[in-house]
Amino acid sequence: MTERVDLEEPAAPGIELPQAPGGGPVVQEPLWRIRLRLLWKASRRNWRLFARNKIGLVGLGIILTFAVVALIHPVLMDRVWDPAIYHPVKGYDAPVAEYTVVEEVTDEFSELTLQEAQIRSNPFVRVGDVLSIAQQPAPPSRTHWLGTDPLGRDVLSQLMFSTRAAFLLGGIAAFVTVFIATTVGSIAAYYGGWIDSALMRFADLVLLVPLIPVLIVVGALFSLTLPLLGVLIGVLSGFGGTAIVLKSQALSVTVKPFVDAARVAGGSNRHIIFRHIIPNVVPLSFLYMMFTVTEAISLEATLSFLGLMNVQMSWGLMINVAHSQGYLLSGTSFWWLLIPAGMAVTLLAAAFFLAGRAMDEVVNPRLRRR
Amino acid sequence: MVKFISKRLVQMFLLFVIFLTVLFFLLEAQPGDLSQQYIGNPDIPPEAKAILAERLGLDQPLWGRYMSYMRNFFTGDLGVALSQYPTSVSSLIVERLPRTLVLFLSATLLAYYLGFVTGKVLAWRRGKATEYMLTLGGVGLYTVFYPWFALLMIWGLGFTLSNWLGLRVFPIGRFIDTNEWTGGPFTTNQVFSRMIWVAALSMIAAAVITFVARRRLEYPVAIRVRNYAFLGGVILPFAYFVFVASDMRPYALDILQHTMLPVLTLTLVAFAGIMLLTRSSMLETLREDYILTARAKGLSEKVIRDKHAARNALLPVVTSLVLALAFVISGGIITETIFSWPGIGRLLFDAVILEDIPLAMGALSIIAVLALIGHLIADILYMYLDPRIRYQ
Repeated sequence: MTERVDLEEPAAPGIELPQAPGGGPVVQEPLWRIRLRLLWKASRRNWRLFARNKIGLVGLGIILTFAVVALIHPVLMDRVWDPAIYHPVKGYDAPVAEYTVVEEVTDEFSELTLQEAQIRSNPFVRVGDVLSIAQQPAPPSRTHWLGTDPLGRDVLSQLMFSTRAAFLLGGIAAFVTVFIATTVGSIAAYYGGWIDSALMRFADLVLLVPLIPVLIVVGALFSLTLPLLGVLIGVLSGFGGTAIVLKSQALSVTVKPFVDAARVAGGSNRHIIFRHIIPNVVPLSFLYMMFTVTEAISLEATLSFLGLMNVQMSWGLMINVAHSQGYLLSGTSFWWLLIPAGMAVTLLAAAFFLAGRAMDEVVNPRLRRR
Repeated sequence: MVKFISKRLVQMFLLFVIFLTVLFFLLEAQPGDLSQQYIGNPDIPPEAKAILAERLGLDQPLWGRYMSYMRNFFTGDLGVALSQYPTSVSSLIVERLPRTLVLFLSATLLAYYLGFVTGKVLAWRRGKATEYMLTLGGVGLYTVFYPWFALLMIWGLGFTLSNWLGLRVFPIGRFIDTNEWTGGPFTTNQVFSRMIWVAALSMIAAAVITFVARRRLEYPVAIRVRNYAFLGGVILPFAYFVFVASDMRPYALDILQHTMLPVLTLTLVAFAGIMLLTRSSMLETLREDYILTARAKGLSEKVIRDKHAARNALLPVVTSLVLALAFVISGGIITETIFSWPGIGRLLFDAVILEDIPLAMGALSIIAVLALIGHLIADILYMYLDPRIRYQ
């Protein structure tokens, strides 16, 4: 794109330009500054298009909020929170709460029936006694804003810690996907012939792979860490569906006149692919980055919910702990065990999806509102 | 057409062989080998270890092992499930397969039908409050963390609703209520296969009646016949169990009750994606010139929507059947795991947890076969809908 727009860009007014022998102005500004300025202009225009979609802005806002949360956590652990209590994996705290033993419970956070008090404290309590019982899991309080989990660990800290992991995973998966998909798509579109059909048949195959069952088996055979999972998702998505979409985009680029011009000017195949085709495919690939992140986040959460991931802490694992310790059917009285983690996965995945759809309107002019 | 299908079949067979090869090398690449994992396990008798070593051809070179793996697979010999010794893997799969198929099929069909109808109406009402609400709800359902959603469904519909009504509407988990079945005259699969047969036959009958009516009768009459045929197709299975096989009735009812919640959960999530897709596909179609022409001709809104726009918007939705299928398969496995629904997915998960590699491999291959068959069906459907492909 850049090569072509250089010529369309008029020089800044008010500057006397030296004349070239042919009569046209000679641009003395270094090339990188022109490119930077064009980039700035293009991104401002794209931002205006993006900002028209309010839902997309909401998505972007949620992503930024999560990003801030992820960045704050290490600082909090370092400066504010005591690691012995607040560490997401190793921390432990069981806040003591006072309970009155009564005949009939009206407030379940400060009263206990006689029978339950005998089980949880000692068999000799009587109605009217006030007991101090360590709570585990503890409800939200001033020290633990989202309570503690069944093992006495701070839920908020776990939530924030897992955010970083989600971004890391999403980033790796998205980067690998886009890297592979743009390369594969551009090469298939540029060369055509048997290279094209081989790569596309392979993409068909990868598209067919039932991802979750395969990852379940891979998780059983190997130790699935976050970076490994990210690379796996990236490879499967990059050789599969994303490659097919990007190939069709690359195909529409290869028939443009500037590709012919580059070839006539003596550009090698590699030069044309990397300098002319890929830069024009990349905007669309950013879109698929977004969708890959959505997929990666929910896949990781699913796998760690099933207990097949080798991670210290993640949203799926938090739900797994709450579920396996039997807090599912206790309903809303232990809401902080299930709701925050599930909401976090859903919100972040939805945010990337919504931002992706808003971006879709930027890169696909056909979708813009009439 | 036959040529197209046979070409696809050959392609799919090749794909499956490649898939099996990848699986084989995955097995080879794992740390240690398969026999090592079981050497120290006192639960496995020595003769089984010997059989395992021979079957896997551990004394052979890599190529020999690969050949014996492939030969075993294609002769239908999937080995013995180590976690349920001496049951063979194939008999376990045969037992579990119908349940998974019912879950997948009913969820896919329901989701497609409901999603298409809702998406169609949504696009028609662009800009209204209902559209925003439903689209937002759809995006929420589409991106919701599925296991969490399933847990919430269990808690909300399975537990709280039952408590509140004092009536067990949706039982939590499992396929049957074992208390009611002990000492009963039927096995689960007897009742279940009867249910499947009756339902499938009445649905096929309804489809055939519709097809014949479309060919032979006038348009409005044909629509009426179709509606009655499908109503009859739904009522007939119930009538069969009430009047004909009344001794099976309580058992069939028990299975049906256990089936509802998993199917509902999976349908809801798959439905959202199809609704969103139909909506955007409809929005693109509505911009076409022939819609304007139809409007200019003074056709009624409903005819424009259903006959001109929706028919053409259907095409990309059917193409997405492949993607929806991947979604339903993945979702189905999670559903089975969470609802303790004894299908292939649960089998796979249990096998993985118990480190029963032959069983896991068998289940995974069958899931891949299901995916391939779904792919083929999607291709055929697409060909049927799009004449440009049919007459190539």
